[in-house]
Order: sequence, then C-alpha cells, then structure tokens
Amino acid sequence: MSYTKRPDGRKFDETREIEAKVGIIKRADGSAMFRIGKTIALAAVYGPKELYPAFMQKSTTGILRCYYDMMSFSVTERKRPGPTRRSNEISMVTRDALLPVLDLSKFQNTVVDIFINVIQADAGTRCAGICAAAMALADAGIPMKDLVSSVSVGKVGDKIVVDLDKTEEDYEEGATDLPLAFMPGTGKVTLLQLDGNMSKDEIKKALEMGKKACEGIYKVQKEALKARYKK
Amino acid sequence: MNNYTKTVLESGVRFDGRKLDEFKKPIIIELGISKNAEGSAKVTWGETEVAVGIKMNVGTPYPDSPDKGVLITGAELAPMSSPDFETGPPGQQAIELARVVDRGIRESNMIDTKKLCIKEGELVWTVFLDIYILNDSGNLIDAAALAAVAALSNTVFPKLEGNQIKFGEFTKNKLPINLLPITSTAVKIGNKILVDPSLDEEKAIDARITVAVSEKGDIHAMQKGGSVGLTIDEVDQMIDLAIKKSKELRKLIK
Repeated sequence: MSYTKRPDGRKFDETREIEAKVGIIKRADGSAMFRIGKTIALAAVYGPKELYPAFMQKSTTGILRCYYDMMSFSVTERKRPGPTRRSNEISMVTRDALLPVLDLSKFQNTVVDIFINVIQADAGTRCAGICAAAMALADAGIPMKDLVSSVSVGKVGDKIVVDLDKTEEDYEEGATDLPLAFMPGTGKVTLLQLDGNMSKDEIKKALEMGKKACEGIYKVQKEALKARYKK
Repeated sequence: MNNYTKTVLESGVRFDGRKLDEFKKPIIIELGISKNAEGSAKVTWGETEVAVGIKMNVGTPYPDSPDKGVLITGAELAPMSSPDFETGPPGQQAIELARVVDRGIRESNMIDTKKLCIKEGELVWTVFLDIYILNDSGNLIDAAALAAVAALSNTVFPKLEGNQIKFGEFTKNKLPINLLPITSTAVKIGNKILVDPSLDEEKAIDARITVAVSEKGDIHAMQKGGSVGLTIDEVDQMIDLAIKKSKELRKLIK
C-alpha cells in the first residue's frame, strides 16, 4: 500500500506551520519559544556563570550543559515529572547539536546552562527544542559562528517525508523517524538519529529534504531574533 | 538590600510605584495551553508566568475514602524560570507551593470528588494537577493557585472504555466543580503590610499569610510563612487584606 496523502494535507517535503518568538522568559539571560504545528518548546539560557563544584571547571573554555524535559501534561498519557532515560539522552544529543556553533573559549571556568521544556507535544519535540535553544543562545549574546536549525524527517509507509506529526509517527504500516539538525551557514549536520528502517539511498534523500526544510526554519529563527531588537 | 527595601517601604513607597495593596499588572489568564491536557491554563501576573496542566487517569481509591476521587498536586520550580532554581527533585519551596495550592482546592471541596467515583472501593478518577513556574518574578503561590483553579474549572473528562483511558480522546463532560476557592497572600515587611511582593520585596519578607477563601468568605486553608512572629492584631489585618484582594482575583476567573 502506497502512502499517498498526509493526514493534514501537507506536501511530503512541507513542514507544519512554524512560529518563533525570542525573549519570552524575563529572568533568563536568553530565551525563546519555537512552535512547529502543535509541538511547542521553550528554551532558557543562563550564563556564562561560574561553575561549581570547581573540579568541573575547564581552564581552557566554558562548558555547555543542556536539560531537556517535557511537562507532565504535554503528552496524552501523563509523564511523571522529572528526568527520564529518554530526556537524559535527548539532553546530551541536544548539547552536541549546539556545541559546534558556540565559541566558549573566552569564558574559561564558566558554564552556560540551557533549559528546554516542552509544553505541548505532537512529535518532533527534540528538534523544536534545539531550534528554540539556538535562538535563546543568540538572545543571551553567547558568541556563535552560526545558528542551528532542526527538523525531523523520515519515512511513513513508502514515502520520505519532512516533519512527521504524531499521527504519522504512529502510522500502522510503519514509520521511521530521523531527527536532524544543520548549521545553516555551512550546511553541516550536528544531530543525526534514526529509529525504524530505511535504505542508504532513502537516508540520502531524507537528508537533502531535511536540509532544505532547515533553510526555511532558519529564516523564521532569524526573523524572530531580529524582531526582538526591533522596536 | 533587604534593609534598604524596608527603609524605603517604611516611608510608604514601593520601588515599582505601586500602593501597598495594589497588584502588579497585568494579570492575565490564558486557557487551553496544551491540547493534550484535560485542562490547562497559564497565568501571567506582572512578569511572573505559571503554567498549570491537568491530566486524569483511573485508579484505586484511598481505603479511608472508597467513594471519592483522588487529587494529586505537584509543582516544579523549573530552573528555566529563575537563576535561583536548580535542577533536581522538588525542594522545600516547591513542595510548600504545591501543598498550599492543593489545600485550597481540597479543603474547599472545589472538586466534587464523590462524582469522581466509578465503582466504590475499586475504581475512581485521579486528577493530577501539575504546576510549572515559567518565570519567577514574585508571588508564586497566588499566581499558581489562580492558574490551578482556572485549569480545573476548564477540565473535561478523557474517554473511558471499560476500565481503560483512551489517551488523547476527550469527552465534553466537565470536571464537577462545587465552588471556586481563591488563594491570596498578604506579607509583612518591617512595619508595613502589603500584597503581591516583587522579587526584591520577597527577599525582605518578615512574615506572610496565605488564605484560600470561598465566594461566601469562608476560609478553607491558611499558611503562615517567614520567620518573624505576628501579633493577633497583625494576623487579623493580614487576613482582612488577603480576603479583600481575593475579590479582585475572583472577578478574573468568572
């Protein structure tokens, strides 16, 4: 059976509606909201600040810590508050997705903390979190070589698609999820995961589609950052 | 700084120019912030922002109340909301926040928990109320309680098939509500009694009294905070002020 039509009528290479806002959490040094379809992620950045305990400090550079979490009511079946194995792993890959654009070399012995929280989940939460976090880092004035834009691609039935929603992720005949992040300036990949079943050729096609989608997301992120300082 | 706050307050002036009994502005209630929750609300109170979501499930009742549903309240002082909050399990401040909000709802019988009984002694509805602080700019208890009551009064039951929830599917039946309790706090700093402290004022608080009050004026829960003693007269004044201000909040929720 061929997968011919997406539940919400999108084209296969089309993302859901995207909305981004910078400067949403007043007490944070930088913050942003990123919404893609019904998935909403918030990110707040604190730092650079002194890092304790002191043995964790690096004398050559500042370090980045990432904490990804979902609110208990963001999903259909309540998630117990607090970190899980899943959220810990996502925190780690999120940090690795963001680190390549950061330059913390002038902030020796310090830490930059990023807190990501998902209010409403409809698949693609780690990607939305990365998009929000990248904007929050820029808002905090952390030196960056580039931004990071992220989207999930994958395969639903027999079709390669961009930005799967929850209905597509749960597609009966099988769906493959391939979360991606790119540095739009250089076109380099900083997040790459896959769950499911795809051939190498399909993956290559998915990467190309994801890269194109990230270029669109980058525009929205950039506009949101500019809007913050337009008055 | 705390002494400075006190000195300035004693001359009757607040840093932000408010009167002693004046709330920060704006106070906005936004409903339905998460479509996956049975009920949800966000309160923006000055710069403080609190999100509350309700999730429902079925479970066994407590042995001492076999015909009543269960309310479980939790709070997270998310580290995203303030440089002062840290990661890790909820600390004392978060637990007090959750418990004070919980008591106003529980002791006022806001929720008609008898209507949450499906089969006596065996199966009842459980209501999970989770509070997330998004930005802490003071007066978290009042803001969180307002968001909690707003979220609960807009909660619908999820679909039930047999003894199982159909996750993500909702009915149009609203959670049975008896009345709306409003939680309101008055604080004492130096010789002044005021409401809705700012962050700087909060650091200088000598004592606070929180009351949960019904529309009739009955008090269903109280909590004193702060490490300074109060005279009975002061307690009286603070409760009066808190009740007076609860009426303003009640208008927002109707």
